[in-house]
Amino acid sequence: MKDTSDVTILAIESSCDETAAAVVKNGREVCSNVISSQIALHTLYGGVVPELASRKHIEKINQVITQALEEADVTLDDIDAVGVTYGPGLVGALLVGVAEAKAICWARSIPLVGVHHIEGHISANYIAHKDLEPPFACLVVSGGHTHLVVVRDYGDYEIIGKTRDDAAGEAFDKVARAIGLGYPGGPKIDKAAREGNADAIRFPRAKVGDSVYDFSFSGLKSAVLNYLNDARMKGQEISVPDVAASFQKAVVDVLTDHAMHAVDEYGFKTFALAGGVASNSALRASMEKACSARGVRLCCPPPILCTDNAAMIGAAAYYDYRRGIRSDLTLNAVPGLKLGER
Amino acid sequence: MKILALDSSGMAATVAIAGDDRLLAEFTVNYKKTHSQTLLPMLSQAADMIELDLKTIDAVAVAGGPGSFTGLRIGSATAKGIGLALEKPLVHVPTLEALAWNFWGCQDLICPMMDARREEVYCGIYTFEEGRLRVIADQEALPVRKLAERLNAMGKKVILLGDGSKVHEALLRELLTAPALFAPAHLREQRASSVAACAMEYIRAGKTESAADHRPTYLRVSQAERERALREQAKKEKE
Repeated sequence: MKDTSDVTILAIESSCDETAAAVVKNGREVCSNVISSQIALHTLYGGVVPELASRKHIEKINQVITQALEEADVTLDDIDAVGVTYGPGLVGALLVGVAEAKAICWARSIPLVGVHHIEGHISANYIAHKDLEPPFACLVVSGGHTHLVVVRDYGDYEIIGKTRDDAAGEAFDKVARAIGLGYPGGPKIDKAAREGNADAIRFPRAKVGDSVYDFSFSGLKSAVLNYLNDARMKGQEISVPDVAASFQKAVVDVLTDHAMHAVDEYGFKTFALAGGVASNSALRASMEKACSARGVRLCCPPPILCTDNAAMIGAAAYYDYRRGIRSDLTLNAVPGLKLGER
Repeated sequence: MKILALDSSGMAATVAIAGDDRLLAEFTVNYKKTHSQTLLPMLSQAADMIELDLKTIDAVAVAGGPGSFTGLRIGSATAKGIGLALEKPLVHVPTLEALAWNFWGCQDLICPMMDARREEVYCGIYTFEEGRLRVIADQEALPVRKLAERLNAMGKKVILLGDGSKVHEALLRELLTAPALFAPAHLREQRASSVAACAMEYIRAGKTESAADHRPTYLRVSQAERERALREQAKKEKE
């Protein structure tokens, strides 16, 4: 007999270049977490091509969902709700997951919960740290987002800082391209930086005038590009590991500095990292050091839950589901969806 | 046999539920709202009206392209989701063939076309012989001028339909020497009942596919692929 108090959620994520589905029990237990990555395809173009991403999603989505159900050893009969990312992200990509989820829910009379992608990233921490409960502060850093968020309660967020221009991960991608490391930039810079001297070049740490929490990375990116141009004009040799390490340190310094400012001001005892850039080894090390100096607990999901995945959507959907949130058949993809809005 | 049919390839969103010898329900909306918000609620309402037990459905038919890339994917993902949930096969109906079914039985040429931008249309040329659809020119993307030349060369009476016939009406009237009729609004655009009728023939011929395998037919590569191919070609020529 199925425990009636258990809530089993099938989650679907297709907001960018990963087609993903997962089965998650009670928001914390991952029964399956299937990700079909398109990285190899987009590498040919040096970045994510929205139309190609959408085409790949539709080719893979049923297989990914079926695999997630099989690996969890469940059928749709066991599913209490379907959670699906409906924003933010690439509209054409999001629409595939949203249309698929709605159709499944309609055909089988299963409740539907539309989930915010960033809420998913934050909720990955609930899976990785079973005892973690709000309130806490969270730094969400990925290819599309750089948010400093106060998690007041489940589903209750306050964004205290965000990027004014490029996302941190975007800066990684652009710099990686400029120094010939290619796509995806994050892991490649992380790797190259290990061989380099992070103090070799002093890149700027941008302050956003009227906010201690907002970020700006386009100036840093330009500084790197200027440095490269300058060196090339002067015929100086460029050390890729040094540039990678110095650039990475500039990003990590700013992220850590802002995060700790929030910790000091709000007095949080727990700080969480989330998003693809949370896998960056230098960021983890820097945050670990800063948090431990303050006696603050640092939470960070393993890389498989930092990258775009559906398990995190299942975790977020569970807490939305518990609060009675349901989406109807008119649910649409909202590419610019704001955190905390529906 | 009972099938669900849907088409969101063009301006209209349209759904139908059809039995062997009866069109049970059809719902077509040609309004500004996005197909993402309308298609499934329409299907749900149509099903409710006829107290449809979804278990009694034999297949899900979808206009599989060409058409608006996003529109096609909304229809495909909806059909794939239903197919997965009900464990039913899909029928991939070529969009322009389904449009030709709006003029079932017509022995003149039938030329459905959808605006494909860049002065092109997705088009095909069909006719009915003894009530059976015959494909004279399979669906493809063509410049409007080329299509007009082709129809003129055939020199036969032709019925033009599809949103492309409206968008390019002035140019077509100027170019066409073959006798042509422009379809009126009620027959011009996609109708899921036509998708269903066409799908019945496909099912009888054993042409179904699994929901997992289904993917739309775009008839065009993406812009990024096109540009990359041009770059690669330029590189080759340089070498």
